Amino acid sequence: MLIRKPDDIKSSDITPESTYINRRKFIGRGVAFGAIAVAGSAAPWAVRAATGRRDEDVQDEPLTSYEHVTTYNNFYEFGTGKEDPSRNAHTLRPRPWTVTVEGEIDKPGQYDLDDLLRGITIEDRVYRLRCVEAWSMVIPWRGFPLSKLISRFEPTSKAKYVEFHTLYDVEQMPGQRGRVLPWPYVEGLRMDEAMHPLAIFATGLYGEDLPNQNGAPFRLVVPWKYGFKSIKSIVRIRFRATQPQNTWAIVAPNEYGFYANVNPEVDHPRWSQKRERRLPGLFKRRKTQLFNGYADQVGHLYAGMDLRRNF
Amino acid sequence: MSLSKWVRRIGKPVIFAACLVPVSLIVADIFQGRLGANPIEEITHRTGDWTLIFLLVTLGVSPLRRLTGWGVVVQFRRMLGLFAFSYGLVHFSIYVVFDHFFDLAAILEDIVKRPYVTVGFTSLMLLVPLAITSTKGWVKRLGGRRWNRLHQLVYVSAAGGVLHYLWLVKADTRRPIVFGLVLVALLATRLWRPGKRGRRAEAVVRDAKASLG
Repeated sequence: MLIRKPDDIKSSDITPESTYINRRKFIGRGVAFGAIAVAGSAAPWAVRAATGRRDEDVQDEPLTSYEHVTTYNNFYEFGTGKEDPSRNAHTLRPRPWTVTVEGEIDKPGQYDLDDLLRGITIEDRVYRLRCVEAWSMVIPWRGFPLSKLISRFEPTSKAKYVEFHTLYDVEQMPGQRGRVLPWPYVEGLRMDEAMHPLAIFATGLYGEDLPNQNGAPFRLVVPWKYGFKSIKSIVRIRFRATQPQNTWAIVAPNEYGFYANVNPEVDHPRWSQKRERRLPGLFKRRKTQLFNGYADQVGHLYAGMDLRRNF
Repeated sequence: MSLSKWVRRIGKPVIFAACLVPVSLIVADIFQGRLGANPIEEITHRTGDWTLIFLLVTLGVSPLRRLTGWGVVVQFRRMLGLFAFSYGLVHFSIYVVFDHFFDLAAILEDIVKRPYVTVGFTSLMLLVPLAITSTKGWVKRLGGRRWNRLHQLVYVSAAGGVLHYLWLVKADTRRPIVFGLVLVALLATRLWRPGKRGRRAEAVVRDAKASLG
């Protein structure tokens, strides 16, 4: 880690007092909110709110409300309308949940999710979520770094990519009766992206278990990429030597790529990515940041890559 | 009450009020906070849907008259067409104000670079001359035949509207396809017309006169 000398620190890097005070206020609100939201059940969230956000958390940006986070979802397995998942996802049964792990690893097999999670510390992370449709949220997830689980499976040296599949079961996911997308939904990451400490498997939000419409029982959250990369309700993890084909890149290869890094300079062919609407805001006035504001942490993963070609 | 009186006193006010129902529901939802996390997107989609629905209903007036023989329905066509245009204007204004906050350069870039905006904008602009010439005076000035010719543009506009919707959606094309099928069906009734050519020309003139209300 680089330790900065005092003259390295620009005055703009020092948190102004007003911001600092706002942060205190926020934490105060967080405690109040936490008390209401958890009502004594899941104490960790309240504790978490009391200790404030950590360095890897989004600072100074208010959380998107629980209601909006859980009623405005892109989860075509339950319908293509934004409110469809919150209405229809009750058919999903998040337990018991079996995860198939396969491919270039020493320990392939079928695992019960609860067995996989045993011994893993669940952390809270406040991340921005930027959808490719130019809206964004700030969400307090609960989860753990992918790297913790991946290292348990002992990938071989051939494992360069990891592929994820969503459950494919029309009984539980009625939206899969229509052929809107080729099922199951598939996503993937390069191994170094997957091992990055910001990439997490989320098991909850707002201090409770993931609601079905948000991808129960566990999903990916890769905050520097467009939301569609953060695949939900995962049942299969496959380690591969070659780059997987992700669903949206199959459906519309000129519009969605494998990397899908948030980038204001690379427009979607049908709309600009320069600005975003921070929900529930009315104006699309927020300037989108490179890698969704996580450039300092993840920029090195893409050094020397043409981000326009590898969109 | 004579038929024309009935149309003026009851028919038109009732249809007018009915046409305001969609926008009233939107306003009610705004005040009750029922538009969800992304109210602007919701309003944009709803006004867009209603623009297309009103266009198709307007286009359905002539076929309905031919099918049923109810000449009176033509008298509501202008109002329906103007409502289509109004919903379209609201739809576009929301985009100008909330998506771009009057940033003309960004709007122009959208119109030039993005086909679904290009075709949507063009479709709305095509309705402008139709709205302007929807008055009695303009029918007289242009003459029934020319006026009718001009107003055939509504088909181009509706087709453009459907295309706009089709090019906008990410994967779920079901709704734009339904709109498209309705449009094709309405067009088909135009092509299938029993009777002689002369009668058709007569009908065209009658149409124009009738739509004066």
